[in-house]
Amino acid sequence: MDTAVTAKKKWWDGGYSPFNVSYGKLMMWYFLLSDAFTFGALLISYGTIRFSSTSWPDPNDVFRSFPGMGHANLPLVFVSLMTFILIMSSVTMVLAVHAGHMRDRKAVAKWMIWTIIGGICFLACQAWEWTHLFHEGAWWGRNPFHNVDGTLASTNFTNFFFTITGFHGLHVTSGVVLNIIILANVLKGTYEERGHYEMVEKVGLYWHFVDLVWVFVFTCFYLL
Amino acid sequence: MEHTHTAEGHAHHDSSTKKIWRTFWILLAVTMVEVGLAFLHLETGFPSRVLLNAVFIGLTIVKAFYIVSEFMHLGSEIKNLIYTVLIPLLLFIWFIIAFLYEGNSWKNMNRDLKPGTPIEAVKAPAEGHGTHH
Repeated sequence: MDTAVTAKKKWWDGGYSPFNVSYGKLMMWYFLLSDAFTFGALLISYGTIRFSSTSWPDPNDVFRSFPGMGHANLPLVFVSLMTFILIMSSVTMVLAVHAGHMRDRKAVAKWMIWTIIGGICFLACQAWEWTHLFHEGAWWGRNPFHNVDGTLASTNFTNFFFTITGFHGLHVTSGVVLNIIILANVLKGTYEERGHYEMVEKVGLYWHFVDLVWVFVFTCFYLL
Repeated sequence: MEHTHTAEGHAHHDSSTKKIWRTFWILLAVTMVEVGLAFLHLETGFPSRVLLNAVFIGLTIVKAFYIVSEFMHLGSEIKNLIYTVLIPLLLFIWFIIAFLYEGNSWKNMNRDLKPGTPIEAVKAPAEGHGTHH
């Protein structure tokens, strides 16, 4: 409705949001912006330490296991599955937002449930990976993996890995909790009464951001 | 894939649902290309490490663009909102360059100034510069 008069509109004269979004959505964007810098700081400090090291463990040697496959050498396969799960749950989230625009309560609930399932699957995968690495002797302050050049590696590798994937996992966890709260409201009919499903859009923004961060974590830890 | 059918069965298989799935396939394809290149490198060593890393970073930015622009709908917001989100992110350009440069410099200093390193080894490049002036 606003877009029709955009040409004549003076965005900064007051009376309406110069960003054409509600206060809550704008603040969600700003929160995500600040969170992007938090993750950026973590990843860049990881990069700085990696650049300052003469050698570093090869991710293809460290992350090469798959549940139920024993000692088979399968680099990247499990983490690709995790990436697929997270992208998929992002898709179901957009579909929930889309159903919200259509005011289709049942469809919103259905896609929210799929998103929550995706989030829980991702967390389960991460729990398995952490447990597996822990049994191999890796933890904060302990690094059993050698550098590419065969020298003994410092604990920087495991410290950064567990801190950053842990911080991301914490975000996924809070995202799942938020999604469950929103799903409860959808089922209760709160947004039907309110006349719009904007809350679904706001948690959707957060959920996509978590997916976005994973894209960078995936590149920095598993590919580079 | 049964949920694809149910979505279309709802009679609103309009352009936005199609766009969502198109974005999904792009993200999946890019990820598979990344993993494929990583395997190719493991098997043949073909794309050299430097080239491979450049490609990975480029593809990561492509994925980030699609997530932010399509899934988060930033692409269809008005310019004011796009700028207020993207302009602060320019700080990352400085942030990344400065800190990685710093890390690299540490490594060089650790190597050159290690106790027991002959002084000439450190001085030699500096003197080389001096003769040019």
